[in-house]
Amino acid sequence: MSDSQVHLTRVAAARWRLALLLTAVMTLVYVGFILLIAFDKPLLGTILMPGLSLGILLGFLLIVLAWALILIYVRWTNTHYDHRVAAYRRERKAAR
Amino acid sequence: MQTGEPNFIAMAGFGLFIGLSLIITWVAARKTTSAESFYAAGRSITGFQNGLALAGDYMSAASFLGIAGLVALSGFDGLIYSIGFLVGWPVVVCLIAEPLRNLGKFTFSDVVAFRLRQVPVRVAAAAGSLAVVAFYLIAQMVGAGNLIRLLFGLNYETAVVIVGLVMLTYVLFGGMIATTWVQIVKAVLLLTGAFLLAMLVLAQFSFNPLALFEEATRQYGTGVLAPGRFVSDPVDGISLGLALMFGTAGLPHILMRFYTVPDARTARVSVAYATAAIGAFYLLTFVLGFGAMVLVGQDNIRAVDVGGNMAAPLLAEVVGGQAFLGFISAVAFATILAVVAGLTLAGAAALSHDIYVHVFKGGKASEQEELKVARGATILLAILSILLGIAFKGQNVAYMVGLAFAIAASANFPALVLSVFWRKFTTRGAQASILVGTASTLLLIWMSPTIQIDLLKHSTAYFPYRNPGLFTIPLSFVVGIVTSLLAPEPSALEGFTKLEHQIHLGDEEEAH
Repeated sequence: MSDSQVHLTRVAAARWRLALLLTAVMTLVYVGFILLIAFDKPLLGTILMPGLSLGILLGFLLIVLAWALILIYVRWTNTHYDHRVAAYRRERKAAR
Repeated sequence: MQTGEPNFIAMAGFGLFIGLSLIITWVAARKTTSAESFYAAGRSITGFQNGLALAGDYMSAASFLGIAGLVALSGFDGLIYSIGFLVGWPVVVCLIAEPLRNLGKFTFSDVVAFRLRQVPVRVAAAAGSLAVVAFYLIAQMVGAGNLIRLLFGLNYETAVVIVGLVMLTYVLFGGMIATTWVQIVKAVLLLTGAFLLAMLVLAQFSFNPLALFEEATRQYGTGVLAPGRFVSDPVDGISLGLALMFGTAGLPHILMRFYTVPDARTARVSVAYATAAIGAFYLLTFVLGFGAMVLVGQDNIRAVDVGGNMAAPLLAEVVGGQAFLGFISAVAFATILAVVAGLTLAGAAALSHDIYVHVFKGGKASEQEELKVARGATILLAILSILLGIAFKGQNVAYMVGLAFAIAASANFPALVLSVFWRKFTTRGAQASILVGTASTLLLIWMSPTIQIDLLKHSTAYFPYRNPGLFTIPLSFVVGIVTSLLAPEPSALEGFTKLEHQIHLGDEEEAH
């Protein structure tokens, strides 16, 4: 295995770990939100300030969380993963 | 609002949109000369463009009119749906978008069949795709018929035929290039329309959404900001949530869009743009829903349409007059057309690329031949969707959209994930997973209260839950894994090394 291949394997494994972690976070938080809706409706109906209930706030934060997770993944892969792939691809081209 | 009365501005806006989209189609038709341009727009769409087009494919009339109506009539409960439609996107970008782009050519079956035996996998995967496309298409056509009847005063059948024919024109002549640009125009129109409408509403509340919500609680009680009857059973709630979440990652017309970009990085970036647009849109819908609740009034909304589907158009009339109502109506119409075109193209790809080329022709068909069959399949699907739209007149569209998401999550998503991540997955495993996922979803929905009690008027149902996802998604995974372990497939195991390579580097022949 060449150096760039080792780097690629390593960064690829890190990418899958990140992808699985982010997917798990989204799933757990979302399922948790639904469980709260199912089991404690009055809690989510708590009025925090006029016009804002806890449920509305959490719902808004969930949309923000989905944005944030995608941004984390895209930024990480754009900086750490893509240039490893490019390096390996260059090496293969040179070897041919 | 006088429903069923032709609105001149709506007609003009609607005519303008059709004119513009036909010009797009005419330009696109001249570039549509190969299977690659027909299915994948020559892989020349940029990340930003594909992001908007994904948003255009995903934001259906159901989400614009349906969710605004749901929020207007029941407050917080509408938010549950909006969130469900958004949380699937991190899954799409993390697990699906890049492998799909690097491993496949035109359909998601390309990925499942990558290292497995072509014929059996293609048949199963095409069946899964077509089932999703069929139910989604019926829902959109029925929705279109009702909506156009309310907005423009055309009768239901005429409306369905018009939608079918205009969509056929886009797809048949302009293929993916025309479909993509129609999606982009639609997404921009829809976001602009929703934004303007939300601003006109918020202008009356000194641009403070909380002041709007507070006014809603003053008129209808604080209950509108709390969960209502929508998620009454935790199992049903989670089941629906999982289907919405993982179904997004199994919708053939969404997956197909990742082939229109040049590489995996662009595919990934396009999801970020798409989610920004879709999330912003759902936040706006929320303002529209509460705006309609406060400024139009729940009784007035129900008086026009019991389901609340006219909440957003009514609101447009109250805050912006006839002209703005016309604009919003034309936007709603464009929304339906674009989604229907995307679905038809995905269905045509499953029929021609998966079934005709790989099952009947052993993967060896000339570009021209494949293009011809794809166009034939498009005509067939357009006729079928018009007939189904008319046959299912009066059906509840919400449960058919739910059904489409449930099948996508239980049939397509597990096979896709297993084929990319699990070395020991086999042809039999893929077949079993997709077929059991589809069949169990259809069966459980047939046994559910939605069909047995609501539709057939029986007193009890065989299965207590309305949403099967919590059971069928794990079932499909388990069946796929157990079947694969029972009979290992050496060639599939070997092929995984090539898959692991190509998942990062893409098809190296394509790059040359």
